[in-house]
Amino acid sequence: MLILECPYCGVKGEETEFHAGGEAHLKRFGPGSSDADFETYLFMRENPKGVHLERWRHANGCGKWFHAARCTMTLEVFGTYSAQTYEPPQEIKDILTAKRPGWSWRNFK
Amino acid sequence: MSEARSALAGARFAGIAHVEEAGLVGMISFRGDLGHAKVKSAVKAVAGAAIPKPRGVALAGATGVAWMSPDELLILVPHAEADAVVAKLSTALKGQHFMAENVSDARAVFTVTGPHAREVIGKLAPVDMSRFAEGEIRRTRLAQVAAALWISAPDSITVVCFRSGAQYMFDLLSAAAQEGSAVGVY
Repeated sequence: MLILECPYCGVKGEETEFHAGGEAHLKRFGPGSSDADFETYLFMRENPKGVHLERWRHANGCGKWFHAARCTMTLEVFGTYSAQTYEPPQEIKDILTAKRPGWSWRNFK
Repeated sequence: MSEARSALAGARFAGIAHVEEAGLVGMISFRGDLGHAKVKSAVKAVAGAAIPKPRGVALAGATGVAWMSPDELLILVPHAEADAVVAKLSTALKGQHFMAENVSDARAVFTVTGPHAREVIGKLAPVDMSRFAEGEIRRTRLAQVAAALWISAPDSITVVCFRSGAQYMFDLLSAAAQEGSAVGVY
């Protein structure tokens, strides 16, 4: 079970209080984009063993969306951060580097 | 005007704790920029208390204000005054971006009272009730439905949920408060 801390209301709760929202930091390709870009945006997802960045929503709480960095193998949650960002903040990257040296996820490392 | 009725007409259950539907409670859902000076003063004027810090609730009798999310408050007033309070907020914040809605009749309120009140909630919600203090509000789930709860008096916990789930919530709390079901954790 994941223990997540909502960065908006500060509640540290277990997984059932939250709702998973899929992969984080997707770049949207909508009308007018190429078929290949659109297909990538819609269907192509990471499926890592280890570090993963995801979107979560504090569904049974303050209702806000946020990002979480966690390990898919150990279920360790490295940290949560604001949804208003295109990439994980430096402190999250530092934690990841400390705990999973050499980690990479999409184009972040 | 039609006669307002609460969801379960004061249904009650007595076991290791007393579960009671609290009747009509005036509730206003307020959304807006909580850091704005005008919002702060308007809320204080109707709720009788300043906007609490995150996850806080400030209550004096039937009137008060609870922090629901970074941009949302729950203002509690006597049921009959809710519409007037919404009007007051709307006048005070005219021209401002905000929302104040009377949601009194969309919600149900329960009180769980007794020395085992924390235990009853602890059985249903993923919350560490031993650390849950007075003046704190927690939005969470009770079994399968969303709820908000706070400690209204020593040994008394108020639970707010959607009216549509009122019967479910009452059954849930009653089952968790069954005679002889004390665990003795808190």
